[in-house]
Amino acid sequence: MRVPLSWLREHVDLPRGLSAAELAARLTALGLKLEALTSPGSDVSGPLVVGRVLSADTETHSNGKLIQWCRVDVGPEHNDGDGRGIVCGAHNFGVGDLVVVALPGTVLPGGFAIGARKTYGHISDGMICSALELGLGDDHTGIIVLAPAQAEPGEDAAGVLHLRDDVIEFEINPDRAYALSVRGVARDAALGCDAAYRDPAGLTVDPGPGGSYPVVVEDTAACPVFVTRTVSGFDPAAPTPRWLARRIQLVGMRPISLAVDVTNYVMLELGQPIHGYDRDRLQGPIVVRRARPGETLRTLDGAERTLESEDLLITDDRGPIGMAGVMGGEATEIRADTTAVVIEAAHFAPVRIARTARRHRLISEASRRFERGADPLLPQAAAQRVADLLVELGGGVVEPGVTVVGTAPAQPEIGMAVDLPARITGIDIDAAQVVAALRAVGCTVPVTDKPMLSALPPSWRPDITDPYDLVEEVARVVGYDRVPSVLPVAPAGRGRTTAQRLRRRIGQLLAGAGCTEVIAYPFVGTADLDALGLPADDPRRRTIRLVNPLSTREPLLHTTLAAALLGAAARNTGRGQQSLSLSLVAPVFLPAADPAPAAPVPHVDRRPTDNELKGLDNALPTQPRHLAVLLSGDRSPAGWWGPATPAGWADAITVVRTVATGLGLVVEVRQAALAPWHPGRCAQVLLDGAVVGHAGELHPSVCAAYGVAPRTAYAEVDLDLLVDAAAEVTPAPVFSTMPVAKEDVALVVDEQVPVADVADALRAGAGELLESVRLFDVYRGDPVPVGRKSLAFALRFRAPDRTLTEHETVQARAAAVAEAAARTGAEQRS
Amino acid sequence: MSGPNSDYDPVEVTPLRADQVAHMRDTALRAVAAAGDLDQLKRARLEHAGDRSPLALANREIGALPPHARKEAGQRVGAARGDVAAALTERTEVLQAEREARILVDEAVDVTLPYDREPVGARHPVTTLAERIGDAFVAMGWEIAEGPEVEAEWLNFDALNIGPDHPARTMQDTFFLEPADAHIVLRTHTSPVQARTMLSRRPPIYVICPGRTFRTDELDATHTPVFHQVEGLAVDRGLSMGHLKGTLDHFAEAMFGAGIDTRFRPAYFPFTEPSAEVDLRCFVCRGDEPAVHTCRTCRGEGWIEWGGCGVVNPRVLVACGVDPDDFTGFAFGMGIDRTLMFRHGIADMRHLVEGDVRFTQAFGVEV
Repeated sequence: MRVPLSWLREHVDLPRGLSAAELAARLTALGLKLEALTSPGSDVSGPLVVGRVLSADTETHSNGKLIQWCRVDVGPEHNDGDGRGIVCGAHNFGVGDLVVVALPGTVLPGGFAIGARKTYGHISDGMICSALELGLGDDHTGIIVLAPAQAEPGEDAAGVLHLRDDVIEFEINPDRAYALSVRGVARDAALGCDAAYRDPAGLTVDPGPGGSYPVVVEDTAACPVFVTRTVSGFDPAAPTPRWLARRIQLVGMRPISLAVDVTNYVMLELGQPIHGYDRDRLQGPIVVRRARPGETLRTLDGAERTLESEDLLITDDRGPIGMAGVMGGEATEIRADTTAVVIEAAHFAPVRIARTARRHRLISEASRRFERGADPLLPQAAAQRVADLLVELGGGVVEPGVTVVGTAPAQPEIGMAVDLPARITGIDIDAAQVVAALRAVGCTVPVTDKPMLSALPPSWRPDITDPYDLVEEVARVVGYDRVPSVLPVAPAGRGRTTAQRLRRRIGQLLAGAGCTEVIAYPFVGTADLDALGLPADDPRRRTIRLVNPLSTREPLLHTTLAAALLGAAARNTGRGQQSLSLSLVAPVFLPAADPAPAAPVPHVDRRPTDNELKGLDNALPTQPRHLAVLLSGDRSPAGWWGPATPAGWADAITVVRTVATGLGLVVEVRQAALAPWHPGRCAQVLLDGAVVGHAGELHPSVCAAYGVAPRTAYAEVDLDLLVDAAAEVTPAPVFSTMPVAKEDVALVVDEQVPVADVADALRAGAGELLESVRLFDVYRGDPVPVGRKSLAFALRFRAPDRTLTEHETVQARAAAVAEAAARTGAEQRS
Repeated sequence: MSGPNSDYDPVEVTPLRADQVAHMRDTALRAVAAAGDLDQLKRARLEHAGDRSPLALANREIGALPPHARKEAGQRVGAARGDVAAALTERTEVLQAEREARILVDEAVDVTLPYDREPVGARHPVTTLAERIGDAFVAMGWEIAEGPEVEAEWLNFDALNIGPDHPARTMQDTFFLEPADAHIVLRTHTSPVQARTMLSRRPPIYVICPGRTFRTDELDATHTPVFHQVEGLAVDRGLSMGHLKGTLDHFAEAMFGAGIDTRFRPAYFPFTEPSAEVDLRCFVCRGDEPAVHTCRTCRGEGWIEWGGCGVVNPRVLVACGVDPDDFTGFAFGMGIDRTLMFRHGIADMRHLVEGDVRFTQAFGVEV
């Protein structure tokens, strides 16, 4: 809401010398937040004066342009002889007209300095100005022609044009609908400055006997009050006075015609939206009712609107003539030939207007005010104000009589403990201050010495419904700056939960392992699922879809972090980053059941029942937190120390093992084949036999699809599962201090036999004396037959209580080899 | 070599003469001293202290002397051999030390050789800042509450006194999930975690809820559809806006340094009443003249808009099963991304979400 200070001053005696900035600060402290402070017209300086055209000779020039060579009387102070000679390109004026002249020395908006200059064979001693050139609007069809006798030549034109003002723009909170008017802002300004306030709605309403234009309200809940007045004999050609047009313009609306401008002016001044109808275009009584299915209306903005039964309409015998409280219809609008105006000033239920405005995506000045809550007592005064202005500025008469249908909804009295504001704000406020503050904002508060008081909010404050609303009013009047600063003492807390602690550690661990953490969006599209190569029956294709995605290409919530991390990797690759180690921790979203139950919407006047709470959770997808790691390019670069180590499938597994080890867990891996991994280079990660994720090299087509380096490695695990499995108390290890016995063994197995199986067999066969098994070499080639490989293992044996004899060691080794032979067909290489 | 002088023939054995022994000793000592390295010293040892050295051979002649002369000759030769051995030991130590010193010199490297062999990782500053905020509150005895990102509409809106016709509930602001009547949304704030906390435990409650939130804003320099918030909730007996102010002042000091406090301006939020916007005293210029006028962090305001706060609306307490006659609560919320941006001078929000490693790596593992 923009408010020109000149308008505000009409209703509140602002202290002399109070700057607009200081006023804005005081209003911000009261809850009307300063958005911007401007001084329109301050960019015009120098001698801008009124002139009278003494002569105007039209000249045609060689370039084909028609100009007027004028002699203009700019007052005795500025005249050179009988006036000044000025060249003007406009033609919308004649001899005797009053115009606006920027004399040499004037600076116009944009730093445009006016000087005497030679043009079209004349010395042009100034410029005759258009509205656009003065920053008074976008009209550049001609120069400004003032009304006859509006001013004298030589007079300061800035004053005549109401050029300069200070304008404060406020951001109005939803609970301060009253401040969408000069009336409301003036009231708070008076409060903030302790100044006298004059209510612009406090005018004499004297409609005389009888009714005005007939009205029938069918939906009284949606339209509690509907008032009409009629002005006839109005001169449709009467111009809008400059002061009124300028004010409307400063607030941000466009002047249109006197009748329309007056309705807008009164809305801005009082906060009551007004609609004017051309009486001669109405047929039959105005009926306020819900729309019928299929009805249409062409609104003032020229759009054809299809209406629904939720929409509240203004109709006449011919059908819809307006969307109540939102926008009028074209058929009955005020036009250039309108002489009889029916003034509508009504009150509509906020929710009804809000829904219609939203459904039709039509937020108008009227709907903004109605949906936040207008003053239901205003319609009669507002209609009077409109009628008075129309008659004053446009002639005609107010026809006697008024139609008033309905009554303003009663406001509930609110009981509040007198000490509640002090308790809730922590400010030392006594009963007298509480009562004074509530009265200052317009509440009716009877004197009481009881611990409870009763307050009746003013009609313009429909937002005040609860005792805590009254507390806020008291607090803002007393001043939020008086809230003390007292640190509350919370009971001893339990610190972070185990899971929170562990997730933090894992984050640090991953950074230590060289991974750079990424934040990514959870939105994907089917194209991503295809690019990842997920088969048609892959459970990760069961996704949750957004009703209103930002991009129609990404309407799904991801079920794997792969697309998100590949996207980040591709961006980095595109920006020239050759080698990447990225990590991402984020939930994935897995639909709960098919079909998922809808979430209940319990009442809010009580705690939901346990069943309702269960229903809320059951409707949600499972949202396990996943950890994804992507390794691309070189894991360690080439340098003077030697060649690079490319990142590969094993690094992806290693990062997962690192995380698991950090949690005190041991994970195993098994060969697997799963998209988006390379089918031969994918490991299933298992914890206690259960799959917790996968790691390996990405499928070449996935790397190509996302534009990341070939052989990029990727791992994704369910972090919640790992964190949950971590022991709350880690048991200490048991180990022997006896000497170790080392044995190496080389086993030849078929190429297809996984090393893990051989190692498992060795472990199982060697028995309790075995301390560790470590593969230290894989050999293929002569003399190992083709299709087989030789695996060299180092075995370490140790007893808890004694030095092992050679016999014991050899026996254990033999048992290990025998088990490997039995399970995997391994042959010992001699 | 002379044979044993068993028949007591007073023979004079030349090598055992004093001048001869002294000569042999001096020769040996000169050789030892002349040895320039351990190899030369080894040869000197063989030549002058080995089994075939003159002194060793002389020693063998002692037996040929008459008994009365053996003692004197033995002492003479023994002393000479002792001198040589001592000289060898000493020379060995010197030469060994020299050799070790030379090896260290030879092994010198250029330590300015670049060694960027190990990949260096980093945590995302949003994560780190969220944890740091958590630390400030955990230190006060508060706990950290978490909740789902896909949330029931009731918990995201209704329970928080955001009625069905509130503008925030339109598709212009909120991501809704299919089917449209499932009443499931991507949470638009972390406030549903507050509601869940009140529904799941009894007061006193002192929690913060950091987390990821979603609104239908297109990504640009100042907006992102996915962002991060931290909200706080305290529910206890006798809490007031004063306690809220005290908590935020403490939080401000913990994050921005001593003397940085906050101020309240009236505001409106459905879930709090009274409500306030909280401004942070500019931690760069502190609002001091004349620095404030050129301050780029607060743009000359002296204050930075930080977030919203207020006393929990009793309607919210009722919907969450807390008796508003017994307990009061306060709540606050601020953007983690926004806080990070002004705290560190980040001009473009896109840096936070694009995952460019150059951005994240600049922060390391702490902010």
